[in-house]
Amino acid sequence: MARKSHVQTTINGETVEFLCESRQSLLEVLRDELYLTGAKEGCNNGNCGACSVILDGRLVNSCLVLGVETEGRSVETIEGLAEPDKLHPIQDAFLENAALQCGICTPGFIMSAKALLDSNPNPTEHEIRYWLAGNLCRCTGYDKIVKAVMDAAQETSA
Amino acid sequence: MAEKKEYKVIGTRPIRHDGVDKVTGRALYGADFQMTGLLHGRVLRSPHAHARIVSIDTSRAEAYPGVKGVVTAQDLPEAEDRVADLGEGAVNLKYLCDNILASDKVLYTGHAVAAVAATSPHIAEEACKLIDVEYEVLPPVMEVRQAMEADAPLLHENLKTTSMGETAEEPSNVASHIQHKLGDPDKGFAEADIVVERDFVTGTVHQGYIEPHNATAHFNQDGQLTIWCSTQGAFTVREQVAEILQYPISKIKVVPMEIGGGFGGKISVYIKPVAAMLAKKTGKPVKVLMSRSDVFEGTGPTPASYIRVKMGATKEGKITAAEAYLAFEAGAYPGSPVGPGAMCIFAPYSIENLVIDGYDVVVNKPKTAPYRAPGAPNAAFGSETVLDEIAEELGIDPLEIRLLNGAKEGDRRADGPVHPRIGFIETVETAKAHPHYTAPNGKKHHGRGVASGYWFNIGLESSVTINVNADGTINLVEGSTDIGGTRSSIAMQAAEVLGIPAESVNPSVVDTNSVGYTAVTGGSRTTYATGYAAYEAAQDVKRKMITRAAKLWEVDEDNVQFADGEFSCINGKEEQISFRDLCGRLGQTGGPVVGSGTVNPGGAGGAYATHIVDVVVDEETGKVDILRYTAVQDAGKAIHPSYVEGQIQGGAVQGIGWALNEEYIYNDEGTMTNASFLDYRMPTCLDLPMIDAVIVEVPNPGHPYGVRGVGEVPIVPPMAAIANAIYDAIGIRMTELPMSPDRLLKAMGKI
Repeated sequence: MARKSHVQTTINGETVEFLCESRQSLLEVLRDELYLTGAKEGCNNGNCGACSVILDGRLVNSCLVLGVETEGRSVETIEGLAEPDKLHPIQDAFLENAALQCGICTPGFIMSAKALLDSNPNPTEHEIRYWLAGNLCRCTGYDKIVKAVMDAAQETSA
Repeated sequence: MAEKKEYKVIGTRPIRHDGVDKVTGRALYGADFQMTGLLHGRVLRSPHAHARIVSIDTSRAEAYPGVKGVVTAQDLPEAEDRVADLGEGAVNLKYLCDNILASDKVLYTGHAVAAVAATSPHIAEEACKLIDVEYEVLPPVMEVRQAMEADAPLLHENLKTTSMGETAEEPSNVASHIQHKLGDPDKGFAEADIVVERDFVTGTVHQGYIEPHNATAHFNQDGQLTIWCSTQGAFTVREQVAEILQYPISKIKVVPMEIGGGFGGKISVYIKPVAAMLAKKTGKPVKVLMSRSDVFEGTGPTPASYIRVKMGATKEGKITAAEAYLAFEAGAYPGSPVGPGAMCIFAPYSIENLVIDGYDVVVNKPKTAPYRAPGAPNAAFGSETVLDEIAEELGIDPLEIRLLNGAKEGDRRADGPVHPRIGFIETVETAKAHPHYTAPNGKKHHGRGVASGYWFNIGLESSVTINVNADGTINLVEGSTDIGGTRSSIAMQAAEVLGIPAESVNPSVVDTNSVGYTAVTGGSRTTYATGYAAYEAAQDVKRKMITRAAKLWEVDEDNVQFADGEFSCINGKEEQISFRDLCGRLGQTGGPVVGSGTVNPGGAGGAYATHIVDVVVDEETGKVDILRYTAVQDAGKAIHPSYVEGQIQGGAVQGIGWALNEEYIYNDEGTMTNASFLDYRMPTCLDLPMIDAVIVEVPNPGHPYGVRGVGEVPIVPPMAAIANAIYDAIGIRMTELPMSPDRLLKAMGKI
C-alpha cells in the first residue's frame, strides 16, 4: 500500500490535518478522509464541475488537484458557505428561483457562482453563462440557475 | 372531478422541502454513504464489443494485498430462462443476469465481467487489471439495419423473432416485430394530393445524469441484506436483486439515498447486485461506484434508430394516411423502447388510415434503458419533419396544419386507446399566439421551426402514510425518489386537502421496509400517482379528524364539516375548531391519527407539447446556434409551477443536445471513442438562451386536481423543431441526428 503523507491545510477557515496517499485527489480527501461530501464526483476528469471548490481564492475542480498540493493553502467548500443561522445569498437565490432539481450539481454551481461574484459583483447574463460553462447541469436547462446568480449578484452588490 | 377551482396551496411556489439540505451540501447521495469497515468495489469490463469468454482466472487479483474478494458470473445462481415482471415491464432473467456479469459471452465494450472488493478503491482498480480473461473475439454488429440482414453475425443463438404472437423458426437479431393499424392506409394514400416519404437515422444518446451509479451493500449475520443506493425506485431494486440473487424480498431492504439525476437510466440495476455479491463473499459492507466512462459504456443509453415515415394529405392539408417503419437498437439484449415509439409517433393527430411497424433489434451496444419519453423523440423526429414538409409544400402554416389535424377527446390512438380530455390543440393555439411566433424572422441563415410531441404518461402503484403531529403539522411518508422537487409537489396536494400551508408538511422518502409498495419515479407518474396517494391519505386523515371533532362535541359525524382548515358543527351546537387545535387534542379523543392512501390509478392522461425554435446556421463551420426557444406544454394542473417550468426547460435542453451534439461515436472494433463529458458534448449554459416555458392547463379528468405528468414530453419535439428551423434557415432537410457541424457541412456540400 502506498505510504501516506501528512498534510496541514485550512478548510473553511479551520486548520485541518489529514493523511493521504500521493495519488489521492483533493476531492477524494474531502469526501473519503474528511467526510466533506458536499463536493461531488461527476466525471473525475475536470469536465463537469460538480466538485468545484475555491483554492486560495481561485475556482478549481477538486478532482484535478492532489490532496498533497493543499499543504499550507486555503480551501473553501460548500460546507463553509452558510453562517450558522443564515444561508449565503447565493444559496437563498437558488432556493427562491427553484434553481435545482436533483441537486447533485448544485454545490459546484454555488461555489462557481461565488468565485464569479467575488471577482465580478455585477456580471451580465453572458458573463454568467461564460463563467458557469464549466459546470454541467442535466436537469434544469440552466435557466433558473442563471437567473439565481443574477438575483444573487443584485443582492450581494446592493 | 377536476373542475376548475381556486386553490390555496396548489399553484403556489413554496421553497422546496429538501432545498436547504441541497444548497448546503448536506443532502446525502448514494456515493456519500459511509459506514465503518467499508470495502470498495470496482468492476472489470470487457474491452471487446463481441466475444466469447474462454476462461477467467482471478487468482492473481485474489492474491493482491488489500483484496478481500472477487466475483464473476460463477457466483450468481443459475439463471432460469424465464420472464419476470420487475416493475418496469417483463424481463428475461437470463438476459438480466448476463447483463450484471457476463457468463458465456460479452456483448458490448464495457460489459461487466468480474468485480473486486478491496480496502481502497485504488487497490480494487489495480486488482481488476490482474484478472486474466481469455476472449475469443467475434465480429461485432453495430447498426440496426446491418443487424437485421440475413447473414449478420448473431448475438444470441436462441433468439427468434416474435411477430404478432408467432415465433420464427430461425434465430435472428430481430427480437420482435409489432404492428398497429387503423383503417385502410392504401385507400388513404390514394386519396392524398401530396405524399411525402423520408427516412431518418438517429444516434445512440445517454441520459447524462451527473451522478454516476453507486451502491453500498451489507449482509448481516442473520441474512438480512441492506442496499443503500441512488435509484429511481427502491422497490424495483428490491425486486431485481431478489430475482438475480434468488433471494427473498423479505430479507432485502433498499434504502434510497438522494439521487443525482436519472431520466430513466436509474431503473435497471447494474452494480447493486454486484455490491451484494461482494458483501456476501467478504462479510463486510461494500461500496461500488461507477466512473463516468463506466456509466457511458456499461449502462443503458437510449437507442439509435432507423425510421421511415410516409404521410399523405389533401391539398387543404387534411392528413389522409400515414405509415411508419421503426427499427430500434435494443443494445445487447431485447427491450428497446420501440413499443412506446410506435404508440406515440402519430398520437398528436387524428388520422383515419395508418400503419406502424416496429422492430426491436439486438446489436453490440449496451442494453438500452429508458430515457425521458423513451422511443417517442426518435419517432417524432421523423413524423414531425415529414409533416413540416407537407405544410411547406402546400403553403400552409405549420401550426395551422397541426390545428387542422390535431387529436381531440374521443379520437383513437394507433395502438387502440381512445383519448380522454387532452390539451394538444390548446398547446398549438398558445404557441400560435405567442409573441415568439409572430416576431420577425427574416435574416440570412436564420430560421424558425416548430414541432409537437406526445407522451402517454403512466399511473402505477403508490403508497403514502400521513402521521399527524400535535402542533398541527403532518409527517408525510412516501416511497417515490425525489429527482426534481416531488417531495413538495406531493406534500402540496396533502396540504391542500387539509387546509394547511405547504410548510406544515414534512415529507420523507423512506426505505422499502417503511412504506407501502411504490413504483418507480418514471413515466412522469410521481406528482400524478404519488400525489394522488397523498390526496387519498389526507382524505383519510380528514375523515378521522371529523370523527374526533364529533367525539369532542358529542355530536354525530354527519354534523361536522371541514372547510378552509376549520372543523365546524353544522347542526345545533355552535362549535368550531381549527385543524391545528384539533391536532393538539388527539390524545384525549382516542389517540394518534394516521392516514393512509394507496392507489393504482388508470387515468394518467397524456401530455402534449408544442415547441418553437429560432436558429442561426454558420455557413463556414456548420455550427447551429439556438437563438430563441419557446416550449408550450399542457400540465393539466401545475402543482408547483416553478418545478413544472424546470421540467419543461430541462427536457427541451436535453432535446437540444440530442439534436445538435450528442451521440456515441464508435471505432471499427465497436468501442466507444467518446466516453467522457469532454467528448460526449452535452449542452452547457453558454450554448443556450433562456428557454421560455409556457404552461397550459387542461385538467386531467383522471386526477382530483387535474394533474398530468410533465417530465417526459418536453424532450419529444426539439429534434424535429430544430431540423425544421435549419430547413427554414438554409433550405436543407436534415434527416440524421445529431445535426452536428460535420453533418451540416456535408449536407451543404462543403466537405
